[in-house]
Amino acid sequence: MWTRTTKALGVAAGLLGLLSGAAVAQDKEVVIGMQCDRTGPTQIVGTTLCPAYHDYVALVNSKGGLEGFKVKVIEIDHEYKVPPAMEAHERFKKEGAIFHSVYGTPQIAALAKKLEEDKMAATSPGFGSAAAADGRRYPYIFPVAATYWSQGAVAVQFVKQQLGGNLKGKKIAYLYYDNPAGKEPIGVLEDIAKVEGYEMRTFAVPAPGIEMGAQILDITGRFKPDFVISHLFGRGPSVAIKELKGKGFPLSRVVGFVWAASEADIIAAGGWGVAEGYHTLQYAGVGRDYPVIKDIEAMYKAQNKEPPKLMADNSVMYNRGVFQAAIQLEAIRIAIKNKGGNKPTSQDVRDAFEQVKGFTLGGLAPPLAITPEDHEGGGWAQVWTVKGGKFVKTTEWQQAYRDIIKKHLADDAKK
Amino acid sequence: MFHREAGNFKTTYDSDMALFPLPLAKWAAGFFLLVFTLIVPFSMHEYYLSVFIQIFIAIVGALGLNILVGYTGQISIGHAAFMSVGAYTAANLAVKLGLPFWLTLPAGGLMAAFIGAIVGIPSLRIKGTYLAIATLASQLIIEWIINHTPAISGGAAASIEVPRPSLFGYQLKSPRELYYFTLFFVVIAIVCTMNLVRSRIGRAFVAIRDQDIAAEIIGINIFRYKLLAFAISSFYAGVCGVLYTYYYSIANYEAFQIVVSIDYLAMIIIGGLGSVLGTILGAIFVTALPYAIREAVNLVGGYIWDTAALSAVAASMKLVIFGALIIFFLVVEPEGLARLWRNIRNYFRVWPFSY
Repeated sequence: MWTRTTKALGVAAGLLGLLSGAAVAQDKEVVIGMQCDRTGPTQIVGTTLCPAYHDYVALVNSKGGLEGFKVKVIEIDHEYKVPPAMEAHERFKKEGAIFHSVYGTPQIAALAKKLEEDKMAATSPGFGSAAAADGRRYPYIFPVAATYWSQGAVAVQFVKQQLGGNLKGKKIAYLYYDNPAGKEPIGVLEDIAKVEGYEMRTFAVPAPGIEMGAQILDITGRFKPDFVISHLFGRGPSVAIKELKGKGFPLSRVVGFVWAASEADIIAAGGWGVAEGYHTLQYAGVGRDYPVIKDIEAMYKAQNKEPPKLMADNSVMYNRGVFQAAIQLEAIRIAIKNKGGNKPTSQDVRDAFEQVKGFTLGGLAPPLAITPEDHEGGGWAQVWTVKGGKFVKTTEWQQAYRDIIKKHLADDAKK
Repeated sequence: MFHREAGNFKTTYDSDMALFPLPLAKWAAGFFLLVFTLIVPFSMHEYYLSVFIQIFIAIVGALGLNILVGYTGQISIGHAAFMSVGAYTAANLAVKLGLPFWLTLPAGGLMAAFIGAIVGIPSLRIKGTYLAIATLASQLIIEWIINHTPAISGGAAASIEVPRPSLFGYQLKSPRELYYFTLFFVVIAIVCTMNLVRSRIGRAFVAIRDQDIAAEIIGINIFRYKLLAFAISSFYAGVCGVLYTYYYSIANYEAFQIVVSIDYLAMIIIGGLGSVLGTILGAIFVTALPYAIREAVNLVGGYIWDTAALSAVAASMKLVIFGALIIFFLVVEPEGLARLWRNIRNYFRVWPFSY
């Protein structure tokens, strides 16, 4: 009996030794905690975005990592629920993560204070509150991509370009999902209307955001706008495309925000032929014509594997995942450099984020310039249009009405 | 708790009606209190404490729902909406008037109780699935009102940032501090519920559940008690919402959508309708089990797949295993985990003489 116990103790001690040895071996490693929604209501995003994220990290690791550090990603799926996102944060902290890649608007809202208390930075590309672009108010949140305010501004500028450079007396319909995210840009759009002199009317689509026959009839039959700006989520965008098409409204006079802009939306609307002419805003490039995407393909080929089909089938979401991973790893790389090649803390990574500049991934990412004041990096977006069975780039990266956005940020901070 | 009744003689009515009639039960309750106040917070990593916080908050909300569904026999799919009522009430009071948590918390509960009593009015006329749809409507109406009333929601973003709760000028923010904060309220909630259900009010609730016409005939005011059940249940929900608000440090109705209502219904059905212990077990089951499953899948899957492939599998695997376990436990014992525990206890009570 006694000997058995000592033997067991010996084995346990040996195992412990092994484990601690493993821990030492992993010293040249940085850990990132990543939230994902692969199984919840926004799984259409997560099932493509998250594999893309892992692909980019694998690409960096296959090339020797970040300044000699391997990148380890811990992914936690939160089904778009809030408590699991809070749990994920504590889990990441326990595992020694130096960065938290948050996903989801209610999740980033609930984590805002926690991130600040734990001195850990997070990105919120394409979701979260537009006010988070103010780096002095939210020092630990980096929207990185254009917020809904900036998207609204770029959308109006694009409409102006399309309508011949003058919006005076024109009519714009804003079709949106009736939740905080959908309502967010209205203030900005109204303020720009005062400058540009267009008439804007809003059309709310109540939850769950797929019944919009009445709104579309109102738009096409009564209001008869010169342009429609649509800000819908999930299955909503495809329904909007179908309904507008059905009422004979030209889709070349419709522009969708970033969550109404993926290949999946076009296919759900009835295919590329149906959606011909539909414009979309993008915060990352579309398609496979980027060096980094080619590198990922080459990495798969080198392992004798087929590159994932998602890459081609849903390049919008795939490229966003690559963009998200790339911008985070870039910040971590700067942090390692700042530390002279030593392992950075989460605070170092946050500080490094404010030095990210001129990081374009060969055109896939916008020409961001993140500063301590502007965590959005300038609010850049491209417009891509459905043409001949694929998305075609219509405009280069552009930003718009920055003074109005700055005014809104300042007003919001005063509240 | 393996109760041994032998040798315990009750000589007064008081001792017969005590909350814990057996000394062993009293000791066991004291033991658990000791473990959770002293041993757990000082021996566990903060990560586990944060999971406990979530369980505690869930217990408060689930107890409220169980009073309504389990004890009174009324159904509600609008529980999360009452949480958001509590959350926004507390957030507005905390931010606009700068009130401390010990005022905002009961205020949030009372406001939710008031709204809950109004929503409960249809229960006087309709029952069962019809009532379920009526409360579902209340969930959507409350969401809509919050979304469209800037005076409540604090603007287009519909979220109000709330400072951390502070006690004597000290801010509670680390998981350990918030653990004690939520533990305090969950203990109160459990003790109050245990006393409520064995009081006159609790017996009236049960009478209504079992047969409301009979209850009315023996002199129970159905109107009063049904609305009271809705009000009490919503009070718990409101307090739960306030606790979430302080935990997230933000009031945001998107955290209290219909999925949350369904989750709380799942808790009490899995745990056991009409049982305080069942509520606690159900809250643990629904809150913490998915985390445990995920960690187990990651541990085992780590030997089979690389990170990227494992992440893709683990997310779905977690749901599959969790779903299978729900079915398993409900098939083994449809009356929930509490009944399962009672069966085990009864078996051992007379062990080894099983007859």
